[in-house]
Amino acid sequence: MTLGLINANPIVREKKERITRPDVHLHEAVDPLEIYDILLYIELNHDDAVIFDFRSIDIVRDIRDPEHPYSLEQLSVLSEESITVDEKLGRILITFTPTIQHCSMATVIGLCLRVKLKDCFPPHFKVDIKVAPGSHADEEAVNKQLNDKERIVAAIENPNLRQLVDECLYSSEL
Amino acid sequence: MPLLEEEALKLSEVQRLEGHTDRVWGLAWNPATGADGVPAILASCSGDKTVRIWQQRSPSSISFDCKAVLEEKHDRTVRSCGWSPSGKQLATASFDATTAIWEEHGSDFECVSTLEGHENEVKSVSWDASGSLLATCSRDKCVWIWEVLPGNEFDCVSVLTGHTQDVKMVQWHPTVDVLFSCSYDNTIKVWAEDGDTDDWRCVQTLSESNSGHTSTVWALSFNVTGDKMVTCSDDLTIKVWGVDIIRLQSGDINASWCHLCTMPGYHDRTIFSVHWSREGIIATGAADDAIRLFGESEDHSADGPSYKLLLKKEKAHAMDINSVQWSPTGSMLLASASDDGTIKIWKLESMQ
Repeated sequence: MTLGLINANPIVREKKERITRPDVHLHEAVDPLEIYDILLYIELNHDDAVIFDFRSIDIVRDIRDPEHPYSLEQLSVLSEESITVDEKLGRILITFTPTIQHCSMATVIGLCLRVKLKDCFPPHFKVDIKVAPGSHADEEAVNKQLNDKERIVAAIENPNLRQLVDECLYSSEL
Repeated sequence: MPLLEEEALKLSEVQRLEGHTDRVWGLAWNPATGADGVPAILASCSGDKTVRIWQQRSPSSISFDCKAVLEEKHDRTVRSCGWSPSGKQLATASFDATTAIWEEHGSDFECVSTLEGHENEVKSVSWDASGSLLATCSRDKCVWIWEVLPGNEFDCVSVLTGHTQDVKMVQWHPTVDVLFSCSYDNTIKVWAEDGDTDDWRCVQTLSESNSGHTSTVWALSFNVTGDKMVTCSDDLTIKVWGVDIIRLQSGDINASWCHLCTMPGYHDRTIFSVHWSREGIIATGAADDAIRLFGESEDHSADGPSYKLLLKKEKAHAMDINSVQWSPTGSMLLASASDDGTIKIWKLESMQ
């Protein structure tokens, strides 16, 4: 089955000027802006059209020529306001806005966020990832899958999915 | 049951077992050990793809040493393990879609059989009370029942469909061959063999409409007599259910379970594990790193039993707790397994 790009015409914003912030150190307080800086370098290559049934983590890939390698910041998926940290409870909440209502990439974005953030803060911190309220047709179902620890671990162990995530993360470091 | 009176209880950490190099998902006490001079044995399984066997140094000491590491079998996380009632075999369920059966030969454990069939990650494995049936469940939404035959043959007798999502755990009833499963679809299903057709089928579904859970049900556990069951969920509650045990044990597969009690407000993150001790204490392990103990309250209403929080052990581990298991021998030992890669052994005592 061939697919067109899921989101052929994303709205692309200007990149904000990068402010250099100090590296995140595990023992210092967790600053939401530092987390934001780590995350905004993730790029989504829309060259891979991904069919994503968000009720399961099976994926089918159809590889195309690169077309829209934009960062999450440029696609307005994340902004500085997306991250809240409760230092006392040790909780981090990340809210992102998938580019279109039916974006099946939501679960992939969620996995990318988790892999990118792994080891970035002390181990007792809990990370919850949700789509911004009203930003997705099946918000509750997507949020459930984004936060099922067992499903996340199994997905990251799945070599196909892991490769996709690594490509998203690696390409942003070029 | 003296411990349930208004005495203060304490849960003391006896030992911390290290060795796994990734999160520890599951625990199982060997039911044939821990009493009559036989040192207790505990199995643990991990994201590091191995299973570790821990043995009590001597029947009188509460120190455990790692006796064996079962490795180079599973290719992915080992999610769950369970001993046969005789204690002679250990089943291990893995994200590699297989279930392995192990036996101790001399000082080593050998894999004597591999059960294949699930389409993807196996989440849980359970032996029935007689040791002649084994159940497994998976993200493929199915529950498989296997018959244990001589010569380490395991034949699939039924593939049960019905859950609409990932099945998280299976557990046989402690006295009758009725199987329970709980799922990401928020329900608990009860499966029994139809006497007329010899087919296994779903005889009851406990869903939101019967006062059931409103999010993923992660685990279930029976009390010692099997007339009550406790379930825990991502909806932050634990629920107690009851059945007419006489009816159930007489072979009536339609003996139905009804909701007795819900305990909201005690947990603020997902409850991954719940286990009912032989003495009647319910232990929970949750994603807030705490262990909680509940017991039946003296002042129950006319509507049925009620339960109260006996103890909360905050920061029991440095990270999420994935499993809590009482030792089966009345020694008041509780084992807990965590994302922090460690297992802890706790002793429950009254403060007096």
